[in-house]
Amino acid sequence: MSYDSNWEVVIGLEIHCQLATKSKIFSGSSTAYGAEPNTQANAVDLAMPGVLPVFNKEALRLAVKFGLAVDAEIGMRSVFDRKNYFYPDSPKAYQITQMDHPIVGVGHMDIELENGETKRIGITRAHLEEDAGKSMHGAYHGMTGIDLNRAGTPLIEIVSEPDMSSAKEAVAYMRKIHSLVRYIEISDGNMQEGSFRCDANVSVRPKGQKELGTRAELKNINSFRFVEKAINIEIERQIDVIEDGGKVVQETRLYDADKNETRSMRSKEEANDYRYFPDPDLLPVVIDEAYVEAIRKELPELPEQKKQRYIKEFDLSSYDADVITSSRELADYFETVNAKCGDAKLAANWVTGELAARLNKEEIEITDSKVDAEAYAGLLLRIKDNTISGKIAKDVFEAMWQGEGSADEVIESKGLKQITDSSAIEAMVDEVIANNTNQFEELKGGKDKMMGFFVGQVMKASGGKANPGQVNQIMRKRLDA
Amino acid sequence: MSDYHKKTIAELSALLQAGEVSSVELTQYFLDRIKSHDEKLNSFITVTDELALNAAKEADEKIKNGDAGPLTGVPIAHKDIFCTEGVRTSCGSKMLDNFISPYDATVVTKMKAAGVVMLGKTNMDEFAMGSSNETSYYGAVKNPWDTDTVPGGSSGGSASAVGARLAPAATGTDTGGSIRQPASMCGITGIKPTYGRVSRFGMIAFASSLDQAGPMAQSAEDCALLLNAMAGFDERDSTCIDKEVPDYTADLDKPLAGLRIGLPKEYFGEGLNAEVEKVIRGALGEYKKLGAELIDIELPNSGLSVPVYYVVAPAECSANLSRFDGVRYGYRCENPVDLMDLYTRSRGEGFGAEVKRRIMIGTYALSSGYYDAYYLKSQQLRHKISDDFKDAFEKVDVIMGPTAPDTAFKIGEKSDDPISMYLSDIYTIAVNLAGLPGMSVPAGFVNGMPVGLQITGNYFKESQLLNVAHQYQKNTDWHRAIPEDFS
Repeated sequence: MSYDSNWEVVIGLEIHCQLATKSKIFSGSSTAYGAEPNTQANAVDLAMPGVLPVFNKEALRLAVKFGLAVDAEIGMRSVFDRKNYFYPDSPKAYQITQMDHPIVGVGHMDIELENGETKRIGITRAHLEEDAGKSMHGAYHGMTGIDLNRAGTPLIEIVSEPDMSSAKEAVAYMRKIHSLVRYIEISDGNMQEGSFRCDANVSVRPKGQKELGTRAELKNINSFRFVEKAINIEIERQIDVIEDGGKVVQETRLYDADKNETRSMRSKEEANDYRYFPDPDLLPVVIDEAYVEAIRKELPELPEQKKQRYIKEFDLSSYDADVITSSRELADYFETVNAKCGDAKLAANWVTGELAARLNKEEIEITDSKVDAEAYAGLLLRIKDNTISGKIAKDVFEAMWQGEGSADEVIESKGLKQITDSSAIEAMVDEVIANNTNQFEELKGGKDKMMGFFVGQVMKASGGKANPGQVNQIMRKRLDA
Repeated sequence: MSDYHKKTIAELSALLQAGEVSSVELTQYFLDRIKSHDEKLNSFITVTDELALNAAKEADEKIKNGDAGPLTGVPIAHKDIFCTEGVRTSCGSKMLDNFISPYDATVVTKMKAAGVVMLGKTNMDEFAMGSSNETSYYGAVKNPWDTDTVPGGSSGGSASAVGARLAPAATGTDTGGSIRQPASMCGITGIKPTYGRVSRFGMIAFASSLDQAGPMAQSAEDCALLLNAMAGFDERDSTCIDKEVPDYTADLDKPLAGLRIGLPKEYFGEGLNAEVEKVIRGALGEYKKLGAELIDIELPNSGLSVPVYYVVAPAECSANLSRFDGVRYGYRCENPVDLMDLYTRSRGEGFGAEVKRRIMIGTYALSSGYYDAYYLKSQQLRHKISDDFKDAFEKVDVIMGPTAPDTAFKIGEKSDDPISMYLSDIYTIAVNLAGLPGMSVPAGFVNGMPVGLQITGNYFKESQLLNVAHQYQKNTDWHRAIPEDFS
């Protein structure tokens, strides 16, 4: 970011996360994604006269699980409220949500900063609520289509404290929450399908100022990249407004990814009075310790616990441990590789290095990796036993990715086995020296830099297969001769 | 032809079982009565002749096969607040004039399962908001005892139809007295069960925390038979209570010796018509003869019930009625120019004045800055009102008093004075706020107009209420009186 350091940025996020229940939060309709419009909307979802909501207890279980995973207070008595507003994709014209008594209270989530430090982000609360339907503009000649398949889908809205001070921190926090909800299997976290999205509250203030600046709320951002871009562009906009002598107004803004700008949706004056009140159709949700403890037992090892274990057990760096534990699948992959190759550091380096880069490039998840953990361990084993060098290993990996077989098969078929036969390497060294007598004299004369040149030349002559350690050794021997 | 309309359900049931009349004959008999008499009353919005006769045929089959229960083949009417599959369910509103429900309310399903035949849907105050049945989109309903007067409301159509014996019984709903007050004014017997006893699923919501369905019939015994079919847990209503349903006829004949009857001094004070009071005192004398003990009690917060009710009920209805937006079903204005126009005109044209008044009161009471002073305060007072009853039931078994301060008033008399209209529910509303069961039982007449005795019981004491009412009816015949024009 290019804004100068006279400004301080304050960000809080509201993350909407779809809970992985089979049916909706207050009706028996399916929550499966992608069905024909309105085929997953029953009388309750349509808010027909006389229908009543019935709370899906599975949503409760998942929300409590989240609360426990962020070390939060659990609402032993939570209450559903009605949030009143008219919109065609909100069939009852009120949303059932939780206002004063949410299921999850104060908790926290730690994020890793770029400088390696850890920062604790406060979670104010997380509450259960129902999603709205979808309005489809454009396709109906001056009319709007309404698809209520999504209406009534269970969500938890996770509200953070305004503890983040840059777009990067906001993204780090969002990633952490994203990773967590998938870890504990309460959500598929699918951002394309809208299962995980966020609103960002952003404000700026002159450095040192105590009171917060006026905030703008950026609505419905559904990718990590857009969160970062939207927040940064909004920070710039607010600073510009203030530096030009203006005032930031409290309002809701929409991020337009195509134009990379935010624009006003509605101001505070236009804001609805939602007239929250307890929903008389639903009883307060009362749970007891035994219920909470039973859910606590279901919790898997959490990312943070896993990370600490990796640092302790495998001596990984905090950074590597953080990257590997960022998703449960990646951690599982790492553990499989490690178990088979028996070298945690090597496994960590190669999982966070070559593999991660490749996945990133192809924009796929670890679960879609073309090289599975077993096969990847097979590759690392050949590095470990000096069959191939690290450099050759990258070529082998490439071939494996292209489906050319296991590491051993690729090494065999391509003849990539490392040359460790001293006499063969000696012959190559001697040939290189013979062809570069001037440079050899310079090396002898004390120009140590030339050592690299010679090792490089030998490696090149061997097609990369010579063991670099041995090449070095033999060169030293020739120098000393 | 036999005078089937002079018979209670218990009596008709015996005739059906004995094969002395078929359900088809009985159903046709009442359909004919509706046809010839309802013009004077306007008690029905929809009469479902064909459906009724088909259901009657099925019922006759069951009776023939020996599969019949006590209600099999008995025709009744449903208040038009209950969703009925394939039949218009208007709730007395232009808003739902075109609404054909795709499903049955649980009450309707249960009645069907018991073999009951539906004659049609009865008129009511629009969305059950009213005490005189004058707010219906389908026009005012008349009281069979004097067609210049109102039948009470909101279940005015049901009360009028049963009062005139156009149907042996009907269903009703009671949010602030909507079963008991019209029962009182039309000379019939009605019971509002404990909140949560009968499912609200498919019953179009007015005020969710107060609404409760119940039977309106000629006698306590009939109410017991009908309640047996209506009551019970329904997983589709989260406020419905999972508690075993007793046989409500089982205790009907219990003697009343030693029964402690509480008489709240607040129900016998200012505002009560002296002649009505005389009738009620007469009924209490009857109970004394039956061995009951009369005990003076106090319900110190009862004066708060009307103001509390007129915050809580409008607040809930303001949200409940938001779904009627012209988008998915129901009334939609002509040629809306944009979304706001669609909303404002559909609702502006679709709702009547009283409904709008209550939506506005409720919206105001829930608004930011007013919520604490109105809604929250009302909820606190509601607890106090409930506590009054709790204290009272430490000392007495049932509470008695007049159902309404006066007999039926003239049509139009109170239409322009909502406060005076609201006060006609002054004795019934507290019972809804506390969620208790309550009944109204015919206890006599003032100037030819019926007077109802209200009996309130403790939670889930419906059996006791019905017993107390039945013993009175065994010794009196007020409940058998039929208006001359309909005899």
